[in-house]
Amino acid sequence: MGVYWAIAVRSFRRFSTYRIATLSGAFTNTVFGFIFCGVYLTLWEARPGLGGYDVSDALTFVWLQQGLLLPVGIFGATTTGELGERVRTGEIAVDLYRPTHLMLWWLSVDAGRAAFQLLFRGGAPLLVGALVFNLNFPSSALQWLAVAVAVTFGITVSFGVRYLVALSGFWITDSRGVANLAMAMSLFFSGSTLPLVLFPGWIGEVARATPWAATLQVPIDVWLGRNPGGVGSALAFQLVWILILVLAGQLATYFATRKVVIAGG
Amino acid sequence: MDESALRRALGWPGQYWLLVMMWMRSGLAYPLSFALTVLTGVLITGTDFAAVFLMFSHLKSFGGFSLGEMAILYGTASMTLGLANLLTGSIDQVGQRIRTGELDVWLVRPVPAFLQAVAGDFVLRRVGRPLQAGLILAVALSRTELDWTVAKGLVLGLSLITGTIIFGAIFVLGAAFQFIAIDSAELSNSFTYGGQQLTQYPLVIFGQDVVRAVTFIVPLAFVNYYPVLYVLGKPAPLGLPSWIGLLAPLVAIAMIALASLAWRGGLRRYRSTGS
Repeated sequence: MGVYWAIAVRSFRRFSTYRIATLSGAFTNTVFGFIFCGVYLTLWEARPGLGGYDVSDALTFVWLQQGLLLPVGIFGATTTGELGERVRTGEIAVDLYRPTHLMLWWLSVDAGRAAFQLLFRGGAPLLVGALVFNLNFPSSALQWLAVAVAVTFGITVSFGVRYLVALSGFWITDSRGVANLAMAMSLFFSGSTLPLVLFPGWIGEVARATPWAATLQVPIDVWLGRNPGGVGSALAFQLVWILILVLAGQLATYFATRKVVIAGG
Repeated sequence: MDESALRRALGWPGQYWLLVMMWMRSGLAYPLSFALTVLTGVLITGTDFAAVFLMFSHLKSFGGFSLGEMAILYGTASMTLGLANLLTGSIDQVGQRIRTGELDVWLVRPVPAFLQAVAGDFVLRRVGRPLQAGLILAVALSRTELDWTVAKGLVLGLSLITGTIIFGAIFVLGAAFQFIAIDSAELSNSFTYGGQQLTQYPLVIFGQDVVRAVTFIVPLAFVNYYPVLYVLGKPAPLGLPSWIGLLAPLVAIAMIALASLAWRGGLRRYRSTGS
């Protein structure tokens, strides 16, 4: 267990060295935040109460979404991107030598990254948003706890999907195509392009059942206290996806390592 | 310009083409992955418009624009950004090259660094965005009732070129800034992808200050908003004249000059670590 903690800590430190990158990223998230606020203000002024959100819910959604994009890895993440690259180049062999579990190793790497990006990439835009707009914050310690759990679950679900995507390289050599497909799904079904509460009819129902909904929309709804079935069922929904994805990840790891042939040299 | 300089300049299109072809072959090395990337390029940019489309299931007009008019704004914004992204290649990753020392490789080759940067990693998959945007633009134009005149057709056609140039110049400016701040690649996303996100909506919804900023500071309003207002026969904001969209080519030329100065300045400032 100690080794995985050590990996996570080092991953956290690694990401903390890119200060200018963090700053420019947070700036970009903030700019997008203002753009989306302009759009959503127009939308909610025309249709107050749309999707069960009031105006300040909608604006809070924007800043949480901008803050969570990177930590959750909606566009993919450096860590799992590197894993895919290691599969393609064969460097994965080094990872397989290690007396550690492949999925846990990369989960730790990803957790360190996510923790750093949550603090700095997530915190900065939210702070700016809260200074400019009237945003909603959780009102009780219990709700803060629920938010913490939901965000952690969200990142884990996202990792589960990204891990499978990276491992697909064992079968098709270059996982970047699959990674892009996953990114398209993740952008649309997580609520990044538009909150899922605005998806009408069956599209909405399908979108809200996908694992991507569990990564972004669900944690934000926990923060806002707007989960349709309450916080308990929201967390249970995330947990079900975590179980499915961990199981699938284990199977993929098993078959990939059976299949891989390492050319010595 | 003396004769040898002229001869060098005449070689540039050929060199550019050679590099582009090389990167295209490299991209096609993994066919399944390539097909998926093109498909997803269309999908990812498609979700952008799907969001607008879904918004209109709740609204009839957005900032005074109908769905068809929004589609014209979206199509022009996304197409120009997509083309600019395609044509400036990997220049937005120049900071990474400085960090790894790969920039030196560009400098020792007998082809201008700029050409290698914009042709480098020429990714054919990036045609996904302009393709999809062009399709939406075509459908939107055929479905929207417009009093077409030659002037309007010219303005719209020209705006696709000048808009591409303005976005392209912003990509180059962002790259030039990376000579000062190596890790700032994401900063220019604010103006490129952020610019596309902004210009796909009627700019007035963001308030007068934003309209002023994207008219006089970062001229994103000239990418598509002013030309499209002219084509749709809508009045310009801020009390600006309705023909302001006709100034887009001048803005594009100014942006080329600025980007060229910045890139040269950045390259001159660069000192290799030599290791």
